Amino acid sequence: MWALGLGAAATRTTNPLVLLLLAAVAGYVVAARRGDAPWSRSYGAFLRLGLLVLGIRLLFAVVLGSPVPGTHVLLTLPEVPLPAWAQGVRIGGRVTAEGLLAALYDGLRLATLLVCVGAANALASPARLLRTLPGALYEAGVAVVVAMTFAPNLVADVQRLRAARRLRGRSDRGVAAVLSVGLPVLEGALERSVALAAAMDTRGFGRTAAVPRRIAVLTAGLTLAGLLGICLAAYGLLTAGGAGWAVPVLVIGLAAAFAGLLLGGRRSVRTRHRPDPWALPEWLTAGSGVAVAAATAWLAALDPLAFAPTVVPPTAPVLPVAAAAAVLFGLLPAFVTPVPPDTTGTTTGSTAGSTTEATATKAAGKATTTARTPSGPGRTP
Amino acid sequence: MITFEQVGVQYADAEAPTIEGVDLTVPEGELCLLVGPSGSGKSTLLGTVSGLVPHFTGGVLHGRVTVGGRDTREHRPRELADLVGTVGQDPRAHFVTDTVEDELAYGMESLGLPSDVMRRRVEETLDLLGLAELRQRALGSLSGGQQQRVAIGSVLTVHPKVLVLDEPTSALDPGAAEEVLAVLQRLVHDLGTTVLMAEHRLERVVQYADQVLLLTPGAPPVLGEPAEIMAHSPVHPPVVGLGRLAGWHPLPLTVRDARRRAAGLRARLDGHRPPAAPAASATGTPLATASRLVVRRGPVPALRGVDLTLHAGTITALMGRNGAGKSTLLGALVGLHAPASGSVDIGGRTPHRTRPAELVRHVGLVPQDPRDLLYGESVTAECASADHDAGAEPGTCRALVERLLPGLPDAVHPRDLSEGQRLTLALAVVLTARPPLILLDEPTRGLDYAAKARLVEILRGLAAEGHGVLLATHDVELAAELSDRTAVLADGEIVADGPTPEVVLGSPAFAPQVAKILAPGPWLTVRQVAGALDRIGPDA
Repeated sequence: MWALGLGAAATRTTNPLVLLLLAAVAGYVVAARRGDAPWSRSYGAFLRLGLLVLGIRLLFAVVLGSPVPGTHVLLTLPEVPLPAWAQGVRIGGRVTAEGLLAALYDGLRLATLLVCVGAANALASPARLLRTLPGALYEAGVAVVVAMTFAPNLVADVQRLRAARRLRGRSDRGVAAVLSVGLPVLEGALERSVALAAAMDTRGFGRTAAVPRRIAVLTAGLTLAGLLGICLAAYGLLTAGGAGWAVPVLVIGLAAAFAGLLLGGRRSVRTRHRPDPWALPEWLTAGSGVAVAAATAWLAALDPLAFAPTVVPPTAPVLPVAAAAAVLFGLLPAFVTPVPPDTTGTTTGSTAGSTTEATATKAAGKATTTARTPSGPGRTP
Repeated sequence: MITFEQVGVQYADAEAPTIEGVDLTVPEGELCLLVGPSGSGKSTLLGTVSGLVPHFTGGVLHGRVTVGGRDTREHRPRELADLVGTVGQDPRAHFVTDTVEDELAYGMESLGLPSDVMRRRVEETLDLLGLAELRQRALGSLSGGQQQRVAIGSVLTVHPKVLVLDEPTSALDPGAAEEVLAVLQRLVHDLGTTVLMAEHRLERVVQYADQVLLLTPGAPPVLGEPAEIMAHSPVHPPVVGLGRLAGWHPLPLTVRDARRRAAGLRARLDGHRPPAAPAASATGTPLATASRLVVRRGPVPALRGVDLTLHAGTITALMGRNGAGKSTLLGALVGLHAPASGSVDIGGRTPHRTRPAELVRHVGLVPQDPRDLLYGESVTAECASADHDAGAEPGTCRALVERLLPGLPDAVHPRDLSEGQRLTLALAVVLTARPPLILLDEPTRGLDYAAKARLVEILRGLAAEGHGVLLATHDVELAAELSDRTAVLADGEIVADGPTPEVVLGSPAFAPQVAKILAPGPWLTVRQVAGALDRIGPDA
């Protein structure tokens, strides 16, 4: 919730100072509250991805030109003549400061959004997110989580098979080496997923409670009608002129879909072991995210100029004080949530010293999500 | 508890039924062990109990299997989940969640148990299996034995009446295997759980079994007392082999029983010695030298200053617990890991700086899972590409396969071969480049006794031709049977290195059964004792 709020705030502005501040806030909270679990390391990856996006956006602006008119020509690239059918596309040509600046702001916005998503990823374990889903969506959620845990396995498989290529006397460097292991990696992934499916089946995954036929039909009907309503409303909202009827249809559609999900949940017999408590820190965390988004949206509506600095002509962006204060509100989770427990020291020595053990102990710590406190009775730190 | 009535299973592409005419009952609270060579249908039979066969695997089930009164034809695996717990060979394939505690709770969550019951059972199971200190740990960070215990625990929390285990200890070192077996015995004794287990490493499990079910391809299955079945089973542990040789009756199944009867045999063998290992040990040309080798995997050193020299014509066994650095050492010898300090020298080359195509002429490694090495569509394609990789004459690899294991079909996909066949194919692929030094990582995983005996012969033949062999293994019986020299690795350091008899006789963990029975005599294998008795003559 918190990360979504920050992300939403990021989409409302192109002011680079506000965006950088948002990214910094997200980064600080991650640094303060992330655990030692494998998924925590994804933040760095998202950060790099954000920078890459920024770079690509700038490159496109340089090479393909930008629709922003500008007078400050920085340099002129030789323009590639294109045939008549590609008239709208320009390669090379003038590169203007205004165009570059616009691209920079735009790219920065996207990058900040990615950083916010990365922060969410680093702070919450996928399995924990799954627990907060309603019962009817549980199975879809499992599919997503299983897919997510497959990524690291695939990477490990590729590494192992590249090593095996070396053993057969082929080169293990280069693109060809990575590509040639594709098929065996896929085979391995398939085998693993079949094994996992068998394991889940034997452990009772997908057991359902008997549900009266009437309710089952009602569930299906409600869900279908709801989804249809949402689609219609989305169409209405996006096309001009239909906004009047679209809003009530959207509300009805959402309500119907929600009711369908609730009823569908009755088929599921699942219970939860120690569900995550939702207490004050969780409210504060989620609330701070929403507050940041709301405040930025409100301020952006009041003072659009400060949030979208003009690029034609280029001006130095100023930092709106009110917005900065609103963004800083997002730092709240860094102080109200508990520090993730450090379990590194609690390892017992049963196989201590073995290599896998020692490396993995570091991963044993559990990330504290922004929506959890270790307050259950009997919980060991 | 479990009843099989005229059960047969036939898979879609198979010519003959995998199992046929199984008609027996396993009473409640017994530990029933399934034995038989590879391909005799052990896993299929276990699958019929959990309902995975035929609901998940396909195929046609004849007859009827009832578990606790429920017919598996009408109940899908998930509907048997509260009654049957299934644990496979690889615990990692079994895990659905990511921490110990969540994993233990997962089955109960699926069954919809109230949360106070779940809390209580999780605590009980943590205590029962000695996992309490690991409760918050990520599953990936546990050792093999711990993972297997968590896998067993995760099915125990739903209080199943039947536990089905497919080779639960085959990937584990001797210590970890004992950990798991102790837990199983406790379940049978304290909770009255019925356990059905398949295992190749009989020397580890046969003494715990109440009944043994012998499956032989093409013959009806036999259920009986362990001692009776072992008397004529084609697969049997060394203690039984020794008992048969000495004509003991009833057959002892444990080292302790055998020792009590072995006084006479010890006296007969007194003063004799097994034929000395070929004097080639440590005198052949050195093929590889590691000196003060340190290798880091991540932040921690996996090897800390290892000194090891491998000679031509010598078979060396590398032992040590899971995670002691065995695989890392093998990897460093073939250049997969660059040394952090120290050096590796293979025939005058530094492995990690040598081009792979050149290195394969000097050293070859068969990895833990031979499938990693095989990516052809068929045996023929695999052999052709091996010839190409090694720059050998076309047909070299195929000829090697024929020599090592005659009659391997040409058109079969390598993934469809049995474990033993696959290992042999991978070995042939590696041998195609004619490396003087061959490394094998855990080669006996999943092999039955017959396949193991073939491997022993093959490796002996290679050593006699002057190859140097280094094998990393948990299998103490294999090491005793095969190796001239044993090195024990612990925590990245070599803690013992010397002729196999000296090393294994001095250590209870690594001593084979025959050595334990005939201690303090220097005997390691049934074969040695048989040879000695032949020389002594029948009435000595």
